[in-house]
Amino acid sequence: MSNNLVAVAYIAASALFILSLGGLSNQETARQGNTFGIIGMAIAFLATALSAAVNGYGVLIGAIVPGAIIGSILAARVAMTAMPELVAILHSFVGLAAVLVGLATFLQPENGLTGVEATIHELEIYIGIFIGAVTFAGSVVAFGKLNGSFGSKPLMLPARHLINIALLVGSVYLGYQFMTTTEGLQPLLIMTGLACVLGFLLVMGIGGADMPVVISMLNSYSGWAAAAAGFMLSNDVLIVTGALVGSSGAILSYIMCEAMNRSFLSVILGGFGEGSGAAAPKGEAKPMGEATATNVEEVAELLDDAKSVVIVPGYGMAVAQAQHSVSDITKILRKRGKDVRFGIHPVAGRMPGHMNVLLAEANVPYDIVLEMDEINDDLSETDVVLVIGANDTVNPSALDDPTSPIAGMPVMEVWNANNVVVMKRSLGIGYAGVDNPLFYMDNNQMLFGDAKANVSALLNELSKSEKELVSA
Amino acid sequence: MTATITKGADANQPQHPPNSIGVPKEIYANEARVAATPETVKKLQKLGFEVLIQSGAGAAANFSDEAYEKAGCKIVPDAQNLWEQANIILKVRAPQGEEIENLPEGKTIISFIWPAQNEELLNQLAAKNTTALAMDSIPRISRAQKMDALSSMANIAGYRAVIEAANNFGRFFTGQITAAGKVPPAKIMVIGAGVAGLAAIGAGRSLGAIVRAFDTRPAVKEQVESLGAEFLELEFEEDGTGSGGYAKTMSKEFIDAEMALFREQAKEIDIIITTALIPGRPAPKLVLTDMVEMMKEGSVIVDLAAEQGGNCEVTKPNEVYKYKGVTIIGLTDLPSRMAAQSSQLYGTNLWHLLKDMGGAEDYKVDYEDQVVRGALVLHEGKVTWPPPKVENPSPTPPPKPKAVVTPVAKEEKKSGNGMLWVIVAGLALLGIGIGAPTSFLSHFTVFVLACFIGYQVIWNVSPALHTPLMSVTNAISGIIILGGMLQISGEITSPSVILGAIAILVGTINISGGFLVTQRMLKMFQK
Repeated sequence: MSNNLVAVAYIAASALFILSLGGLSNQETARQGNTFGIIGMAIAFLATALSAAVNGYGVLIGAIVPGAIIGSILAARVAMTAMPELVAILHSFVGLAAVLVGLATFLQPENGLTGVEATIHELEIYIGIFIGAVTFAGSVVAFGKLNGSFGSKPLMLPARHLINIALLVGSVYLGYQFMTTTEGLQPLLIMTGLACVLGFLLVMGIGGADMPVVISMLNSYSGWAAAAAGFMLSNDVLIVTGALVGSSGAILSYIMCEAMNRSFLSVILGGFGEGSGAAAPKGEAKPMGEATATNVEEVAELLDDAKSVVIVPGYGMAVAQAQHSVSDITKILRKRGKDVRFGIHPVAGRMPGHMNVLLAEANVPYDIVLEMDEINDDLSETDVVLVIGANDTVNPSALDDPTSPIAGMPVMEVWNANNVVVMKRSLGIGYAGVDNPLFYMDNNQMLFGDAKANVSALLNELSKSEKELVSA
Repeated sequence: MTATITKGADANQPQHPPNSIGVPKEIYANEARVAATPETVKKLQKLGFEVLIQSGAGAAANFSDEAYEKAGCKIVPDAQNLWEQANIILKVRAPQGEEIENLPEGKTIISFIWPAQNEELLNQLAAKNTTALAMDSIPRISRAQKMDALSSMANIAGYRAVIEAANNFGRFFTGQITAAGKVPPAKIMVIGAGVAGLAAIGAGRSLGAIVRAFDTRPAVKEQVESLGAEFLELEFEEDGTGSGGYAKTMSKEFIDAEMALFREQAKEIDIIITTALIPGRPAPKLVLTDMVEMMKEGSVIVDLAAEQGGNCEVTKPNEVYKYKGVTIIGLTDLPSRMAAQSSQLYGTNLWHLLKDMGGAEDYKVDYEDQVVRGALVLHEGKVTWPPPKVENPSPTPPPKPKAVVTPVAKEEKKSGNGMLWVIVAGLALLGIGIGAPTSFLSHFTVFVLACFIGYQVIWNVSPALHTPLMSVTNAISGIIILGGMLQISGEITSPSVILGAIAILVGTINISGGFLVTQRMLKMFQK
């Protein structure tokens, strides 16, 4: 295939990628968008494979086939609750690939570049490997945190900012060495190690509640890594795609941060709530009063008497895998003519849009799944709000307590509803580590216990009365 | 959490635990209500109580013995047995006549008692070592609203007052323009906008009448208007708000102004519903004989205060009659006329009270509990009425969460930062323009433009699709395999070929995994 044909194919592929991301903007066109992405990828792959620069087909097939098989198996097996883990580990693969491509490029015997161009080429390699290594290590840590092997508490090293800065400075210094000596491999490898440590520390310092930001941030990094690889290989389709992914991840991170009212920098540099958190000693001003406990029968009765119900799910629902029972409850209630809707906080769960995917998996129609802004105003006219495993996202102190570490974060104003039932294991604090005055409000009742067990019991209770209705 | 009946769990208590509730048939003439319905009985059982029902207790309210039996109650054939077997007696009306005579020692009675008017009853009950809780004496605080039987009965009375008025009024309530001519809407005046008054306003409005309301407490204006009625005001400054959310007696000047207003209204109003009560005193006379005479023939007056002497001078308690063409309704049993509804609400009030007292297991008469203390008029034969006075402020609206002002300040800071970034970006561009070779610049152009496209495209993605978006972008970033592919054309053992091959392997996992899982997710999204 001639170079011109390859270039045209790349243009087509780039256009398809843009269409693909555009198609995901709403549910109707989303599947089409995905198809565009697949086609774009196929075109880019074939064009490259057929171009004059590639002739190692044995190696190519030997690497592609197992990769494709492993990927398909992963995709087919993963549970929807484990989506964040899958996405995180896939990010680490991109990071790893970027590092390997960078190293391979560096080891390529002759590149025929001289002068400034050679310097820029080396710089591109260096930066590409750096970003790739940070992405790789960071994603591995994120994966570990999400599947529980690392513990979701942020790791607060005493001088973590200093350590991070030292790592960065070290990398820059090694970069200088790398550019000036002829034998650059050693500083390059040391830098790769330093970048891995940096990625590790960055993500270790971020708490579980901030995972949506981390995931989208790593998504962004993996894009920049691909773009850097494009620069070093002078490959425009890589640059375009990398930039698309990079900027999309950055925007998602920004949206997530906005939803938590945090500055992006303070999240990615680790250490949530510094400053404000230190100023407000936790647990000193405990909310007054007593939480009212309730039981499954009473909640079932409450739901039965309600006209409008809003369900606010949180990470607890995902952990307990309760989405199917929640969906069945929704069906029963809707069959009885009740207005049932879902209110999703932007950062509910462990990755952007996590709750939506779980509810979709459980066959909840997407037109009753609303965003926080769409439903907040309606909550005051809602009879019952059912909060399933959410805490910080329904905490009123975000609005009325300026000293709270989550002050200013937009929250679901569930307390405006006539009745609120919170399903939770205990009165314990959420990830943000703040007490929740909602639990002590007069119109709030607590249904303690495992979300899955409680939701199933509730479903039983409701379907029992269902039968009574039929037999009566 | 389901309550289990633990018999004799409390060894210190010689009597068996008060876990059986008896509901007798009301013996007061024409009383159709009953203190428990099959539905509230189920709830009481969940609190751990055993419930005994006198045969036929619910008949007048259309609750059959079978319905109670099905709900798990024991049906007791006669009152005497019931009073003997149950520890706690739930009633509507205060015990009277033979009920007091045959009352066994040491029982607990929960019912309306009106201790202020029934001192003799208290003494009689005290002689039988009775514990009595008066539903009419539950303090009117927010926490006790769910037990406030006066409110639930007043609500029914207000509604029924409108129905009775409509029944005796010869015209439509709503205005109509028909082929047979125009019908003007009925005009209703409600005096006293308490619970009953507000219920009457609501019911009258929903039948289509024009409703005006008067109350001495200016605070209720908002509530009246929220129901769509007009609030009649005097040009006179005096606040009639008394303690506990009730009204107090007003000055003579005020009453004169009030009367003048009513006279003026009487000429055009079709229906007057009066609900004015001042606690512990006879009802104030607000509709005088001359006002009734001013009203049009066929008008109706419903006097909800008839039992306390009536707000209207010509009211005859328990009677419906015509006075000079105006129908005067002095019925005192309006809640009883909707027995099924009022029994249900009253039964639920009782259930809430018993639940607050600890259910069957932890049942106790807690003097510290303001609600229980307020209602407790007799404790084991000792008169405990009136309770120590507690300040009951009118319900204060709950503090609304205030929006925090910080976002504004933040916005300003951001724009400051924005300027800084623009400058930095400009300088960076300048530096690149000076130092970089052409080949780099063409790539750089592509890069920057692609960033902007990504920015524009992603901004529109709906939050529900963020997860699929991430897995797609993730798959797309697997494009990095192209980089690997360009490295694998040398010697098969050279390090760059090996590294390239591994890069292709992991990149491909990414591509196939990412696209397939997105496909899987998107299939699930359905309307």
